[in-house]
Formats: sequence, C-alpha cells, structure tokens
Amino acid sequence: MSAVVSVSSQGQPVGFVRRLLSRPLAVLALVWLILLVVLAIGAPVLVSLDPLDQDLLAIKQLPSAAHWLGTDALGRDVFSRTVYGITVTLTGVLEAVLISAFLSIGLGVSAGYFGGRWDRWVQQYVSLVQSLPTMLILLAVLSLFGQDMLPAMVTLGIMGSAGVSRVLRSVTLAVREELYIAAARISGLSDVHIIVRHVLPRIAGPVIVQLSLFSAIAVIVQTGISFLGLGVAPPAPTWGSSIYEAAASLNDFPWLLVPSGGVVALTVLAFGLLGDSLRDASTESWSRPAVRQKVQARQAVKPTDIPAGSLLSMRDVCIAAGERTLVHGVSFDLKQGETLGIVGESGSGKTLTSLSLMGLLSPGVNVTSGTAVIAGEVIDLSDEKRLAQLRGATVGMIFQEPMAALDPCFTIGHQLAEVIRLQNLPETQVQAKVIELLEQVKIPNARDVAARYPHQISGGMAQRVGIARALASEPKILLADEPTTALDVTVQAEILALLRSLGQSRQMAVVLVTHDWGVVADICDRAMVLRHGKVLESATVVDLFHRPQHPYTRALLAANPHSAKPGDVLPTVDEQLMKMTGDAT
Amino acid sequence: MSTKPLLQVQDVRVDFAQGKGQVFQALKGVSLDIHPGETVGLVGESGSGKTTMGRVILGLTEATSGQILFDGEDITHASRARRRTLGRDIQVVFQDPYGSLNPARTVGDTLAEPLLSDKSLSPQDRAQRIAEVLQRVGMPVDTAQRYPGQFSGGQRQRIAIARAVIAKPRLIVCDEPVSALDLSVQAQVLNLLKELQQSMGLAMLFISHDLTVVRHVSHRTVVLYRGDIVEQGGAGQVHDHPQHPYTRALLAAAPVPDPLIQRERRARFDLARQALAAVA
Repeated sequence: MSAVVSVSSQGQPVGFVRRLLSRPLAVLALVWLILLVVLAIGAPVLVSLDPLDQDLLAIKQLPSAAHWLGTDALGRDVFSRTVYGITVTLTGVLEAVLISAFLSIGLGVSAGYFGGRWDRWVQQYVSLVQSLPTMLILLAVLSLFGQDMLPAMVTLGIMGSAGVSRVLRSVTLAVREELYIAAARISGLSDVHIIVRHVLPRIAGPVIVQLSLFSAIAVIVQTGISFLGLGVAPPAPTWGSSIYEAAASLNDFPWLLVPSGGVVALTVLAFGLLGDSLRDASTESWSRPAVRQKVQARQAVKPTDIPAGSLLSMRDVCIAAGERTLVHGVSFDLKQGETLGIVGESGSGKTLTSLSLMGLLSPGVNVTSGTAVIAGEVIDLSDEKRLAQLRGATVGMIFQEPMAALDPCFTIGHQLAEVIRLQNLPETQVQAKVIELLEQVKIPNARDVAARYPHQISGGMAQRVGIARALASEPKILLADEPTTALDVTVQAEILALLRSLGQSRQMAVVLVTHDWGVVADICDRAMVLRHGKVLESATVVDLFHRPQHPYTRALLAANPHSAKPGDVLPTVDEQLMKMTGDAT
Repeated sequence: MSTKPLLQVQDVRVDFAQGKGQVFQALKGVSLDIHPGETVGLVGESGSGKTTMGRVILGLTEATSGQILFDGEDITHASRARRRTLGRDIQVVFQDPYGSLNPARTVGDTLAEPLLSDKSLSPQDRAQRIAEVLQRVGMPVDTAQRYPGQFSGGQRQRIAIARAVIAKPRLIVCDEPVSALDLSVQAQVLNLLKELQQSMGLAMLFISHDLTVVRHVSHRTVVLYRGDIVEQGGAGQVHDHPQHPYTRALLAAAPVPDPLIQRERRARFDLARQALAAVA
C-alpha cells in the first residue's frame, strides 16, 4: 500500500483565508473596509465635531489639527461629515447586496440545477429585467417613495440580481453534471440537500466574486443618488452630497473634491480588489503558476558512448520541478525503423521524458541536465530554441486525446494544409499532399473527410488525422504519448497496426509512451520500464516479457488479470516486491 | 442460482432524441437478470449502450419502454421518494475517481450521505459506521476528516467503494471502476471488490470495455454491441469460446502482454474483423 504513504508527504493544503491574506492588495482592501465599518459604528465616540455644526468664520479651510480634512463651504468639518456619511452608504450597499444575493442565488442556482421549464421562465424573467434601464427605474422609485433610501436600494438589488443570477446559473449547470451529484442522488439525498451540501460549496467562489463586484457598483449608484439630492435629505451628511458640494466650489476650493471623491473611489477600488483577490485565492489550488522560469541553455557536451547507427540517443535526462527531481538520469538509444516502448505507471516520468525532447514541459518543470543526439547532432535539452526548430520537422508527435488535439473550428483539410504550408510548397501541391497524407493513414474517402470538421468524425478517425498531421513534415522520429488509451480496443488494434506499418515503411524511430503492456507487446521492438523517474530495466520485448529482470517488472506483469486464474486474488505489486526482496536476502 | 433474480431487466429500450426528429437508439430492447451474490459483467465499446444500461438501473436515465424489477418490485418509473430509499439497496462506483467525490467536502461528509435517509442512526452511529467501512477498504482512520484532493486515484476509488457499501446495499453498479487506474492499483481495487462481494453477498453489475478484467471478476458475461446483446453466458465460456463475431473481434483486438502470442493474435484479429464486417 505505497499509495497510502504518498499522501502524507503532500501535507495540508493552505486554507482559503490564509491564501487570501497572503495577497497584499486583498489585505489593503480588507483593512480599508474594516476601517470604514469601525468608524461608522464608533462615530459618536471617535469624532468630536458634529457634522452639522456650521462655523461660518472657518469656511473652506485646508486640513489642520482642528479639522483633519479641512472644512466645507459652510464651515462644517469634512472629516466628521465623511465619517457620518459612511453609515448611509454602507447600509445602502448592504441592503442592495443582500437582496441581490438572495434573489440571484435562489434564481440562478435553482434554474441551473432543475433546468427545464423553470429554467426557461427564469431566463425570460432575467432577460426582461436586464432590458430595463436601471437608472430610470431607480429615479421613478425615488420619486414615489420620496426621501427614503431603502426602496431605491432594494430596487437596485433586484435589478442587479439578474446579471449575477445568469452567471450563477451557468456555474451551477457545470456542477450539476459532476459525478458526485449523481452519486449523491443515488444515495438518496433530496434536491435541497444536494444543493446545500454539494452545489453551494462548489460555487462559493463565483458567488463571492460576483457579489463583491456588485457591491462596488452599489457604492457608485448610492453616492450618485445622494449626489442628486435624492434619498437622504440635505443637510444630513452623505458622500454623494459632499461630492455635490465639492463640485459647486470646484473653481475656488478644489481640495474639497479630494476627501469626498477619494473615499468613494477607494471604497469602489476596495470592493473590486477584494473581488479579484477572492477569485484568485479560490482558484489558486487548482490553477498553475503562469510564470515560466528562464533556463540558461547550456553548452552541449558530446557523449562518448553513442552506438553506431543510432538515430536518437538520449543521455542522462534529469527533470525537476523546483526542488523535486522527477526524472533521474534516463538514457536510451534508438535506431531507424525501431520502436521503443517507455512503460510505467502514473508518476513514473514516462511522459516527461518524451516531452523533454519536444521542449514542451509545463511551466515550472525544467530539464536540469540531459543531452539528445539526433542523427549525429548533439543538442542540450535545455536549448529550447533548437528544440522548437526540431518540433514538427525532425520530431513529430501524436497525443492521447485525438479530439482535443484538433481545433474544432477548422476542417480536417485546413488543419493539415496549415502544417504542410510550413514546407513552402506551392499552393497547388498543398491540397494534393493533404489527400495523400489522409490516404497514407488509410482513411477511406480522403477527399470527403478533408472537408469535414473534427466533431463529424469518430475518435479513431481523429487519431488517424493526428498521425497524418505528425507525418506531414516527414519526421525521422515520432513520439506517441498513449496514442490509443482513449480509444476502443478494436480501434486501438487498427491504429497500432497503422503505426507499425508506417514505422517500417518510413523507417522512423518511434517512441511509444504507454502504461499498457499489451500495446508494448504488440508493436514495440524494445521497451524500457520506468518507476519514480528511474530506468529499472531496458530490453527487447521478448526478453522483457519472458525473462523480466527487475522484481517490479515481474510484479506488474503478475498483477495483470491476464495471467491470473479467474476469480483468484490478484497479486498486487507491493506484496510481490516485498516477497521478492525477502527471497533475495 | 435457482433463487429468484434480484434484478430483472426486461426488454428495456432507451431512445435519445438527436434533434431534427432523429432518434439514437442507445438500447434496443435488452433483458438481463442478476441473482443475489452474482457478478454480471457487461462488456462493450463506446456507443454499445453499456453505460446507459447502468444509468437506467440507477434511475439516472429514463427507459423509453420495458421494465426493471428489483426484488420483484417495478422500479422503472419509481418516484423520487422511492428512489431515495432505493439508494440504500442499489449503489454505484463510477469510473472517474476524481469526479465522483466532491472536492469541497470531507470524505466523512461524503460517506455519511447514504446513511442520511436512515433516521434511526445517531451521528455517533454514523461516525462508527464510517470508521468501520474505511477500515474495511483499507484506508487510515483519519481519512474521514480529510478532503479528496489529498488522495491518489486508487485511494479515491477505495473511498468511492466505501461510499457504495456503507449502507449495506444489495446491488452495486460498477461503471468501469478500474479503467482509470494503474495496473498495480487496479489489482488492489479488483481484489477489494471481490472480497467485499463475497463477505457481504453483494450482487454486482460490472460494466467494462476490458474482457480480461470482466472474465476475472464476473460469473456471467453479457456482450453489448450497438444497443443489443449479441452474446451472453458463463464468463469463462464467453471469454474462451466466443460465439458471436463481435465478441471474437473484441477478444482478438485486445493485445496480450506477450509478444510471441500477440504476433499470432494480430493475424487472428484481421480475420475476425473481416468476419464482423461481413455480418454488419
């Protein structure tokens, strides 16, 4: 049970709150918002001056010890007015956000989860609300209810919930299809249970982000309303009325606009930044770092032990992700027309080894050392520029997911022509070459298939097209990474037969990465067994299957139900290994 | 196997509308029985309808016509309320061990789900059952407090199996339970399923594309091809003496881990394919 041990080494994932607090911008935004709340609640204690007290002897003053943010046109303390204005704005925002959250989660999640007629009704309602001009409706509500902010903010919440609910609906639609929802349903959970236990925790990220962005909008709308003198009657202090007054004395005392506009801008910014940070912090655990480490290309050193007739030799390939070494010094040689299988289980480094020759390792994973010798040319595997030139020209590649490797927007013919044009063929020959390639991979009605889009062909056909594309530049070396794993066995047998005949007729060196011993036995001449990034053994297939040297190889072969008596307990790898090492000592 | 079948699938058809009035027939009138304590292997390739079969039994897909009887009771169109209680008797293990566990909930929360409909259990009882089942599938005790993200594919599949057996069901539908796993892990999971089946007397529908795996775990094998059963019989008989051209092609296509034997099989596959083309 080695699998059990491997978990403990991964350690605990960092909690959401800690991830959020590790972002300086998020901390700044949170500090600002908390400060506003503290000031609003503690205003009577913290602020000594009354926001309505006029001092006509001290009008339009710049900040001083007595008036921290100066005074306005009527000599009122700006700091005090700003602080007392917080409550109106934040309450308004809170009202709008609560209403919006309640409606959008209710409508969006239920529409996404239940679908059908209810979904259509909700969608029509949402479209209707979104087509209404929010500002006009707000003004109408304000004129109906006079000097009352609550109905206006409730209306804003209703109007704003439409857009948010649309986003939440689509997120829920994706979650609804997850297998664990089906499993929960089979386990007898009711819909309400499933929504509360499974859907809501999964969509918490988008909900928080959407609502924080809506909060920013609500701040602007709320100040806009009080700017117009609606909602809260002057002279009561609000941020909007402060901006209005600042605008009136813009020419002779522009300072006033700084504190009044500043708090609004900062608050809007804080909500926006918080939204961004929340989104990043909630996706960080499953998204990759986008930074690509720059690696200095090293001078290639010619290995001295290259056998005669070798087309591709890899020497001492080491690959690491940060401190962790994933591949420890893998070497192999490959002749023309020969097929080498790299076999291993997940995490063995088999895919990394083949990708290193393409220079296509993911960001954060680097070749730390290693040399490739291709037809006599010595290439250091850290030389990504040189590898990029080889890609698709000397080295071709076929991928595991044939559909994912084709662009759904273009026809098969277009995608092949794209690759063929790289060889500067005249346009008249390009189309002929497309057909020729499709015929080479044994596609019937090549002309007809060339005009089709990827979704119109089967998986096996798509893999043939993938092979045709890899062959377009007549590569000397073909890398195939689990080329048949996603295919049905009958299709697999045909694709393997095709690869076998192409490898022989074109005298290509084929590197086949797979976990399937049957595939190795079917088309490989030699095979190499990898485990934890190390080569355990390398031999001709007949030797490997009939006289496996390493206990791990033997254990893996034994674990295959193929060689076991039906119904018996299958020998598992670790028991086997332990037994064998026990025999040896 | 003279006892009454636990599950009877009778002439089930499933049609999927494809727009423009076209209909895709996923299942064209399929019948099969599963007896208590029996494993029935359902083999086929993509598009054969094998997954649809499992979904119909689980109530995730509606049958267009036909009947499904569980312990003599017609559950083809069972109400949501009945389905909820059926969850204690019929359970599932899916192929993808990553998608079948909610990453946002602890393993303990997930494992408690099949027990929630049983109101006689106290939270302590549930915790007790969870600890027992985790031990049973060979996972450490503290697994319940952890999240699925901290486990490997094989371990997650053990957890998924624990969820399937915790309410002591009578039938488990296994939809390609080992296809996403490494060979070494596959052996462990197959052993576990076998052990649980024998000790709990479970009936299993084992859906797979891999005849070798099906041969190993099942008592009887049913071969599906384009929505129809083309062959069924004892697992050994279907595997070793296939009658239908499709079964032969399927068997011949699967490469065996021995290069010398495989060379002969290649030739046989070409013949089998020609025979199948002649039939289809």
